Amino acid sequence: MAEVTTQAPAVELRGITKRFPGVVANDDINIEVRAGEIHAIVGENGAGKSTLMRTLYGMHRPDEGTISVNGNEMHFRSPKDAIAAGIGMVHQHFMLADNLTVAENVILGSEPHHGPLLDYQAARDRISELSKTYGMALHPDRLVEELSVGERQRAEIIKVLYRGARILILDEPTAVLVPQEVDELFRNLRELKREGVTVIFISHKLDEVLAIADRITVIRAGKTVKTVDPGDVTARQLAELMVGSDLPTPETRTSTVTDEVELAVNDVSLRGLGDRWILQDISFDIHRGEIVGIAGVEGNGQGELVQVIMGLRTADGGSVSLGGRDVTKASTNNRREAGVGYIPEDRHEMGLLLSAPLWENAMLGHLDKEPFSHGVWIDKAGARARTEEMIKEFRVAAPSADVSAVALSGGNQQKFIVAREMTAKPNLLIASQPTRGVDVGAQASVWEAIRVARGAGMALLLVSADLEELIGLSDTLYVIYSGRLVAKLDPSKVTPEELGSYMTGARQAGGDGAAAAPGEGTDDAAAADGAAPEAGDAPPVDAGLEDEIPPGEAPL
Amino acid sequence: MRWRRLAVNVVAGVSALVIALAISSIALLLIGHDPITAYREVFNYGNHPGQIISVINAAVPLYIAALAVAIGFKMGLFNIGVEGQYALAALFAATAGAHVHLPWGPLQILFILLVAMGTGAVWAGVAGVLKVTRGVHEVISTIMLNTIAVGISAYLFLEHFAQPTSATNLTTQTPFLPKNAAMPALVHSSAKIPEPLTSMVFIAAILGVLFYVVVWKTKFGYNLRASGTNFEAARVSGIDPRAMVVKTMLLSGAIAGLVGMTQILSFSHAYTLDFQVGLGFTGIAVALVGRNNPIGAAVAALLFGYLQVSAQILDFNGIPKEVYLIMEGVIILSVVVAYELARRSLERSEVRRAAEATRRLAEASEPLAKVEA
Amino acid sequence: MAIVERQVQPAVPAGRDPLGKMSKRQRALLVGGVLFGLLILVRYLANTPDLTSSGLFNATLVSTLPIMLAGLGGLWSERTGVVNIGLEGMMILGTWFGAWAGWHWGPWAGALGGALGGAMGGLVHALATVTFGIDHVVSGVAINIIAAGLARFLSAYAYRDPATGGSATQSPLVTGHIGTFDVPFLSGGHIFGWRSPDILGWLELKKIKVVSDVAGPIHGLTSNVNWLTLIAVLLVPLTWFILWRTRVGLRMRSVGEHPMAAESLGVPIYRMKYIGVTVSGLLAGFGGAVLVIESAGIYREGQTANRGFIGLAAVIFGNWRPAGVMGASGLFGYADTLRLRSTASPHGLLLFVAILLSVVFIWMIVRKKPTAAAVSGVLAGVTFLWYFGTDTIPDQFVFFTPQLVTLLVLSFASQRLRPPAYDGKPYRRGQQV
Repeated sequence: MAEVTTQAPAVELRGITKRFPGVVANDDINIEVRAGEIHAIVGENGAGKSTLMRTLYGMHRPDEGTISVNGNEMHFRSPKDAIAAGIGMVHQHFMLADNLTVAENVILGSEPHHGPLLDYQAARDRISELSKTYGMALHPDRLVEELSVGERQRAEIIKVLYRGARILILDEPTAVLVPQEVDELFRNLRELKREGVTVIFISHKLDEVLAIADRITVIRAGKTVKTVDPGDVTARQLAELMVGSDLPTPETRTSTVTDEVELAVNDVSLRGLGDRWILQDISFDIHRGEIVGIAGVEGNGQGELVQVIMGLRTADGGSVSLGGRDVTKASTNNRREAGVGYIPEDRHEMGLLLSAPLWENAMLGHLDKEPFSHGVWIDKAGARARTEEMIKEFRVAAPSADVSAVALSGGNQQKFIVAREMTAKPNLLIASQPTRGVDVGAQASVWEAIRVARGAGMALLLVSADLEELIGLSDTLYVIYSGRLVAKLDPSKVTPEELGSYMTGARQAGGDGAAAAPGEGTDDAAAADGAAPEAGDAPPVDAGLEDEIPPGEAPL
Repeated sequence: MRWRRLAVNVVAGVSALVIALAISSIALLLIGHDPITAYREVFNYGNHPGQIISVINAAVPLYIAALAVAIGFKMGLFNIGVEGQYALAALFAATAGAHVHLPWGPLQILFILLVAMGTGAVWAGVAGVLKVTRGVHEVISTIMLNTIAVGISAYLFLEHFAQPTSATNLTTQTPFLPKNAAMPALVHSSAKIPEPLTSMVFIAAILGVLFYVVVWKTKFGYNLRASGTNFEAARVSGIDPRAMVVKTMLLSGAIAGLVGMTQILSFSHAYTLDFQVGLGFTGIAVALVGRNNPIGAAVAALLFGYLQVSAQILDFNGIPKEVYLIMEGVIILSVVVAYELARRSLERSEVRRAAEATRRLAEASEPLAKVEA
Repeated sequence: MAIVERQVQPAVPAGRDPLGKMSKRQRALLVGGVLFGLLILVRYLANTPDLTSSGLFNATLVSTLPIMLAGLGGLWSERTGVVNIGLEGMMILGTWFGAWAGWHWGPWAGALGGALGGAMGGLVHALATVTFGIDHVVSGVAINIIAAGLARFLSAYAYRDPATGGSATQSPLVTGHIGTFDVPFLSGGHIFGWRSPDILGWLELKKIKVVSDVAGPIHGLTSNVNWLTLIAVLLVPLTWFILWRTRVGLRMRSVGEHPMAAESLGVPIYRMKYIGVTVSGLLAGFGGAVLVIESAGIYREGQTANRGFIGLAAVIFGNWRPAGVMGASGLFGYADTLRLRSTASPHGLLLFVAILLSVVFIWMIVRKKPTAAAVSGVLAGVTFLWYFGTDTIPDQFVFFTPQLVTLLVLSFASQRLRPPAYDGKPYRRGQQV
């Protein structure tokens, strides 16, 4: 391999600035990626990583700044130009057509051919060759819909390599993978590196970045903070670089847990297709004033558990009761009326009527309550007034209650949903990924709102992929794995690392029925399970301010 | 915001009309006619009360068909099957009305209307049920159901419902309705007025008002629109959008059932072999041009009615009256395109305004309050 | 014809049953064979010899073509992700321009004129849905209305002279002939002036059980074949070849499946959709022209009689594949032809349906699907009763067989259908997910 130091950097970004209406997504970004290295770019959601990479890939042009590839300044007008310069991008959401074969997906756009005819044999040969060179087994004739997530990612990488890319951008590649697949991916990346490919790795998962990257550039609020070597920093230091000195931590402090059970889930089971169990014998309680967190790698049943509690799916066994009332057979609407609020994980798909004005969005799920309706009639004036209040109180950046939801930024849409659900003062609030894909400011205000609600005696179910959020906010923490609750942990004593090992099934404890086999060294966390913690045994950190804030008042 | 929205849409509608006029002019020029003469003839039409009555009579069934389509659109359902629904409904209503005699006129009329609504609802309901239970897209199912309706009604009409023809009665038709089932004419025909003004215009107006109130003012209407905007979000919010699909299709079909009633109750008093077809498809056009709004649809229905009726006069001048068909077609496409462009421009300006609000908010206050360390 | 399923045959697809299950092609052949056998059985049970006569199949070929061409048109459009409800309108344009060009310059010009007329409709649909991004169904409905209006308007002008036999609703006769041929050896065609033996015709006349019933249909499909018919039939493998074997074909299909992916790889989305939708109109228009030239000899208002919509049904029933479209159209054409030829034969077909439903009933019991079994069982019972309780079947019921069959397929076998993933969704350039 060539001497990295003497060679021109594979990619050099100088003073990149990109503005969108009302926001500066990238502000004077400077990054140098050496040839043949794995360079990680880390930052919080909304820090501007994706915007930057889209600029580099030619998907839009920077307002200021220059891009150099291998020492030559480039002006990309489209991804085509970037591809020609040897840059390839693996998107977070796979760009693969399910109904086409791997080969068809890979060659699309630059097909081997005889005249107008496709040369499938040449395509197959080339793909097999690439799979062999980089150790990525993949059959070219398989339909993409038959592939696992990890295999799809490999198909994406091969697609990029097929186009002769020597610089690979991977946008949040591990977000959709299970741990084994992450290991496999990292093996592939090292293989690529050995073959001299430069890899740019976007992530906000610090342990992964530290494990794979040669150098790490941190981006915060659209600016480059620093480029560091992984050997010189700890995860903690990286995190601080990412979020700034005053790390907003989602801690809840004083316990407000009461002994009134609001939600009781008993032996809930759910069968999927082909008699596979999606959920099995799930039991837990949430008390008023308690936040119960559910940790788990995506796809282990947490989504379905929420659907069962919301009445969006019918359980095949077990019962759910709210405030002592059995609601196992109740409709979603009845549960809503009984005081269940819901912040769904996907605000566009499940949370908003994008093309409708905000005042109509404010009613969604709360139509039967004051001030939204009287009898069969809706009350537009009342709804608009309430919406204006919500906008003010939760600091949603919206010009008026008449603006369409689609016009708001992601963070403001999320704040609006939180405002809607909180304002209804539910007895139980289910928050699914409440801060996914929002900026730091919105994240902090969502956390604050959750804490205030808890202080007011609300019962909360928090499902999140953000382990710090879970540990910081929850009073009780469960781990879901393969549709079972495999551990009940004390968030004050557990570390993200320990949590991670339960989530991946590497360790099992407590739970119900799951074989308790804490192999090596039973630690505090594992020991904390078993008997339900008494009400109010959450960690007494310092006396919080939260209790003094009257419920419903502006948290910020 | 409201006014801006209205202004943009009016501009879009008017420019679409201008384009339609231009293309029709080209068509006329191509075949060697002076479009100005043609337009003068058409514009001069409608001075006589009789002519106005003819336009309204033509507009009423179009308006009802448009409402049937529009209520589907409001929940994101495309009911292409109004055509089949009203054909079946008219046949059943005419037949039932001829065989069941009720003592009081209004009751008899109400009975006929209810049979029509019920038949239309059932036929449209099939598409609704297929959608929620079997996942069959309503566009495909209603297209297929249209042809099936044509087949079934032809069979029933010819083989069972039509009265036997005889030396005295040569026309193939269902028996005449009883005398008391004739809708009273609002204006009677006379020497100057070729056809009476149908009182179905009242029913149409009531339907329009009901449509507005139900869709925009009630919780049911909210649920309907919410399900149409975002099915999944509606479900999560506690609405049962599957039930809404069936209810909306039933409602749409019920309205569709009334489309043929103008002809049956006001004019022919029986289902005849030459029963008017095609109103369902024109109704889609009227709904689109009228933006699925009862007032817009009224304007559009009158426009289409006017075009159809006034075009007859062109034949006297040797200009093919069929030019109105071209006009109708072009209006639909250009109006839809114009509205789409208007929608995009409005959305862009909204995004801009919201972004400005974000900036103002950020400037007005300190950086979003930090959660205390 | 080798138009079945995945062209790139996996060597040994991982995760599949290793016991060498039948390929989809073999399965299709088996099902086809069994159905044909059942048809022969019914022909004897119900004593309806016409079911397998060469005359019926010859007529079926003619009535199948317009539907099949509309269906192929639908396939081209939907494979690039544009739903085409406007097939009916494009077909109307095909009939009008086909008749007009045919009247002036003869039948071959008519075929070309019809295709171009339809392509014009396709172009308008592409402009509306691709360039302006309006709803596909809305545009399609509009095109149907425009086409009907335009045809009437043009007729009122072009055919106004009654001396030619034209009127506002009808064109003058298209004169001149498109030649026909018989396939050598099978049906006695000529080779270099030598008349080969008509083996199938001879076999059919022999009236040997089963043998004659197999010979009849094939004879019907291979004798007295119109050259336009040949071209139309060849369009099926051609469509498959272009869409599945060429670069532009792969790109077009990718646009219907995942336009974002295609665009990110530099595929010009709009151009691909324009090609698909315009060719769609071209084929539907050709179908209209065939209707004029091969069947009627003139343009008549309302001539298409919903064949565009039936073509759409054939696309669905044929699972968005060329061979499937051909098979579905053949089925629809067969039913339509039966209806026109006699009342006894459709009645015999009831028995066919009843037996078929009984097979489904038994199959569903084996598969342990009680509701599906109950539905098919009841339907089978009703059909048997209907068959034994009556002597004829109303004409009007056969008329909507294609629609009914499509509705049933969609209702009970939709999980087997595989429409293009992005079919019917408006796509804007540079759109993300």
